[in-house]
Amino acid sequence: MTDTLNRETIVNISLAFLLLAAPMLALALDEPFYISLATKVAILSLAGVGLNLALGYGGMISFGHAAFFGVGGYVAGISAHHMFEGSDFLGLFAATDQLLLIWPMAIILCGGLAILIGLFSLRTTGVYFIMITLAFAQMIYYLGISIPTYGGEDGLPIYVRNQLPVVSSDDPLTFFLVCYALLMGGIFLSSRIIGSRFGAALQTARMNEVRLATVGIAPFPVKLTGFVLSAMITGLAGALFAELNGFVGPSMLSWHRSGEIMIFVILGGVGRLYGPLAGAALFILLEFFIGGFTDRWQFFLGLILLGVVLFAKGGLMGLIAGRARHD
Amino acid sequence: MTETLLEIKGLRKSFGALKATDDVNLDVQAGEIHALIGPNGAGKSTLIGQIAGGLKPDEGQIRFLNRDVIPLSVAKRARMGLGRSFQISSLAMEVSALKNVILAVQAREGSSFKFWKQVRSDQGLMDEAMIQLERVGLADSARTVTSELSHGQRRQLEVACALALKPKLLLLDEPMAGLGAGGSQRLTEFLESLKAEVGILLIEHDMDAVFQLADRISVLVYGRVIETGTVDQIRQSAQVREAYLGEEE
Repeated sequence: MTDTLNRETIVNISLAFLLLAAPMLALALDEPFYISLATKVAILSLAGVGLNLALGYGGMISFGHAAFFGVGGYVAGISAHHMFEGSDFLGLFAATDQLLLIWPMAIILCGGLAILIGLFSLRTTGVYFIMITLAFAQMIYYLGISIPTYGGEDGLPIYVRNQLPVVSSDDPLTFFLVCYALLMGGIFLSSRIIGSRFGAALQTARMNEVRLATVGIAPFPVKLTGFVLSAMITGLAGALFAELNGFVGPSMLSWHRSGEIMIFVILGGVGRLYGPLAGAALFILLEFFIGGFTDRWQFFLGLILLGVVLFAKGGLMGLIAGRARHD
Repeated sequence: MTETLLEIKGLRKSFGALKATDDVNLDVQAGEIHALIGPNGAGKSTLIGQIAGGLKPDEGQIRFLNRDVIPLSVAKRARMGLGRSFQISSLAMEVSALKNVILAVQAREGSSFKFWKQVRSDQGLMDEAMIQLERVGLADSARTVTSELSHGQRRQLEVACALALKPKLLLLDEPMAGLGAGGSQRLTEFLESLKAEVGILLIEHDMDAVFQLADRISVLVYGRVIETGTVDQIRQSAQVREAYLGEEE
């Protein structure tokens, strides 16, 4: 048992270190493009860390996390849009370009949205839960393409990246470090939550709701809270993603995106702290390197995913770090 | 006068044409072990399900601690002091025995909406859970993953979880099954020692244990309580013998 623990810790530290080292190496080699690739990995990992809380630990297979990812993105995009135009949001709120305001807004909005979606969706389980979260995400998607003020189907460009105090968010390495710090913060927060009393209840909700109720803990509020926390983290990732790309569009809200975030989690290892990082990194590397040879890179992604699901139930983390520890 | 913990009146529950619970009246007093016996399919577990809250009765009353509990959820009834074990164990199988009990201790202590402090480093929680495991004789298996425990051990673990709630009433659904003779005898003694602390509604097929433990026995046949009485009354009842105990004597 202790062996597996040590092994997983070593793998985790290595993953964290590799991601941190990648842009440094890119800088040394004068290949700045790889910095943004590493930033993308960090951001998408964070989205996966969010989903992992609901899917991996809480057993809530949400196929609608693109809704939160996209809404987070739109908060960043809409802020930048109004800032650029010098207009007010709905004529009510002054625009801001301060990321330290935009991020909490994205997080709170996604949390509120998750309460709404969760209140309905969590009355169902299994396939129905998957479908109803998908349905909600599709509603948000169509809302996204139907508001012409914010670009409709074309999306919104972010001409000027929103700002941080003291440091320059425009500098690629700085922006990477910010995203990396938020990813590590997200992972740390997840680990605290999972190890807490709430985490014990959330994981029992996944394993056996009857057991949870039998000891006197109502499963619904536990699951709803887990779902909301999960959505908030994924929403923050969305806000970062929009800044990185300088663009937010309905594609961030589409069900493909929900599937992608789910793939990070499953590929990396469901319910493993660093699983989403492993999964997102492999995903981006495949997209980039095999995508360089052929447009059909997703064929290989499919093969790998099939292999992982069939032969390595614990995902990449299971393969490298051994079985998950539960004691 | 003793305190009435549980009072059931005119309870009915049907699944289609099958009357699983048919006008059941039953009560459990404080400090009492009330055994519920009956042939397979008599509706014993269905009755427990309705008392614990997983199943909704069609008609009738269930009062626990003088309160109508039918509108209350399973979790609320548990918080009121209703502990139970299942005929088919219902535990968190992927985690250790200890963690299962810790969850129960944490539930009793109050909020599970604490997000920061780590359960691992909460010595009070651990100690309390270990005490309950020791009481049922599972201390040596505290760190064993629940799915690797024997069926008998899982039943003991459920009892430990239930006790961790410091319940007023325990509903035990065949706790002796799978324990073997020595285990049954130990559990019998243990339940005897619990009587002062908690009332027990006991479903059990092990007649030696039932006759040894029960203050009163109710006999359930086809969803109906055909007789309630002391051990001697039940032993001597012709009706019970015919319906249930068979003609072996």
